[in-house]
Amino acid sequence: MLQLQFFLLVAAVLFCIGIYGLIVSRNAIRVLMSIELMLNAVNLNFIAFSNFLDSGMIRGQVFSVFVITVAAAEAAVGLAIVLGIYRNRATIDMESFNLLKW
Amino acid sequence: MTLGEGAQLVTFAVLSLMAIGFALGVVWAPNIVYSGFLLGGVFLSMAGLYLLLNADFVAAAQVLIYVGAVNVLILFAIMLVNRRYNFAPLKLGWLRNGVTAVVCLGLFALLATMAFDTPWELQPIQPLSSVLVMGGHFFSDYLLPFELASVLLLMALIGAIVLARREFVTPQAGERDLSLLERPRPQIESSSEAEAELVSTR
Repeated sequence: MLQLQFFLLVAAVLFCIGIYGLIVSRNAIRVLMSIELMLNAVNLNFIAFSNFLDSGMIRGQVFSVFVITVAAAEAAVGLAIVLGIYRNRATIDMESFNLLKW
Repeated sequence: MTLGEGAQLVTFAVLSLMAIGFALGVVWAPNIVYSGFLLGGVFLSMAGLYLLLNADFVAAAQVLIYVGAVNVLILFAIMLVNRRYNFAPLKLGWLRNGVTAVVCLGLFALLATMAFDTPWELQPIQPLSSVLVMGGHFFSDYLLPFELASVLLLMALIGAIVLARREFVTPQAGERDLSLLERPRPQIESSSEAEAELVSTR
């Protein structure tokens, strides 16, 4: 029988992989992909809780739809920023993105 | 264990192994294009997990939005900036990777013990049409976040266009320069020697 803990465990693994990729990656687009992985793990948590703990009024699924909306907006704006920096800097190495450092 | 529960368990095992393996591929793939396609695999297997959790509308939205829009957007961005990079090795880069791995493993241990130690107040799963219930939520008690989400999407649309737009200059009469239609903008000083060389060879 499927348990709530199995889904929480898978979501925790995905979230940790996302954090690892977020910090370790040098490529800016791979950093954005890691953020998408973390948002997916959060969505899996929301839906698992809404299925096992709140099955009558599935509020977790409503929240996961909002999370998907925000993730789509974040991906569009983040990739636009990466393209803008790429035009100025001619690189997508995260270590050279120090425009705001003083 | 009935046949249905066994099938659910096997499906869950296959889908979660696919999701975790593809996610590791996203982080570790040597080529960024492979990472982009493996990310689509992660999204599809997550949609399968949502179906196992009786969330059919969210699974369909996941396939449509993530696989259809976000993943294609990421692949287009990869194509726009696609070039082989040899990133200069960092000072103490191995230390950063090791510390990050230790911190992530510790976070995973914390989350796993939390998931198995907490006494969850489980409720029996009620069969209902998730689309009807979610529509009721969207137009009654979650109406304000729903409208705010539409405003957010409009802001992201306009912001992405403004950020990614190229400023074109009209070529002078009689001038046949087909290569550069963009207004030249000053290159900001790069920090290292390799980047300066990269900029000069562009």
